[in-house]
Amino acid sequence: MDVFLFFLFAAIAVICAVNVVVQTHPISSALSLVGVMGALAVLYLLLGGEFIAMAQVIVYAGAIMVLFIFVIMLLNAGEEAKQSKSLLAQFLGIPGFFALLAVLAFGILRLFPNSPRVRFGEFTSAGAEEVGRALFTQYLLPFEVVTVLILIAIVGAIVLARREMD
Amino acid sequence: MQGVPLSWYLILSAVLFALGVAGFLFRRSIITVFMSIELMLNAVNLSFIAFSYQFKQVDGHLFTFFVMVVAAAEAAVGLAIILTVFRNRTTLNIDEINSLKY
Repeated sequence: MDVFLFFLFAAIAVICAVNVVVQTHPISSALSLVGVMGALAVLYLLLGGEFIAMAQVIVYAGAIMVLFIFVIMLLNAGEEAKQSKSLLAQFLGIPGFFALLAVLAFGILRLFPNSPRVRFGEFTSAGAEEVGRALFTQYLLPFEVVTVLILIAIVGAIVLARREMD
Repeated sequence: MQGVPLSWYLILSAVLFALGVAGFLFRRSIITVFMSIELMLNAVNLSFIAFSYQFKQVDGHLFTFFVMVVAAAEAAVGLAIILTVFRNRTTLNIDEINSLKY
């Protein structure tokens, strides 16, 4: 069952990610990205991350992607203009992609030749309670710093996006 | 069946990351480029969760949490910048937004 779920959602994630890259309309890319994030949330659950799976659905698939779709709507972004491709991208693009992938996969398989097998339910100490406990004890300072960062981002976004008053 | 090896999760993460890099380099719409960055961040998050499973520690989940927070802040500021650029230049094509190059 674990194996089946992994392959199902890994396939969904990869297909949606390819769709993000090849679609010419930004809305199609955004909806495919929501698919990637949903599939990744299920994989987080398989790896025992209950809290982070929920946060993924709420923050990423919910908040951030709604922001993206809102901006696409606001700017009335249409299809990408067709342009002549540069020679470099035309001839080195796909081989370059596979070269990067091969290097990464080689490194992973070389570093972890006999990695443990993932069984659902073997690692359960990453629920909301454990994450919260670590967040407010060991990681308290980063947490506070990140709250300041969010505040700065809110103010910065308002300052950047408002119209100049005359 | 005993479940899939952990390295397969890492390879899935590598595939998503490579696709994100490809989108970042080849797309011309500034919004799609930005979405490719989000895709790369998600791929790295999957690696963090997988390593957290391997070492049976909760730290990877916290890093993922912080990455999510930073991604949210980045999305808010980045989309505000895109709005401003569009208002001033009326284009979303990154090939036409090249004043810094010259």
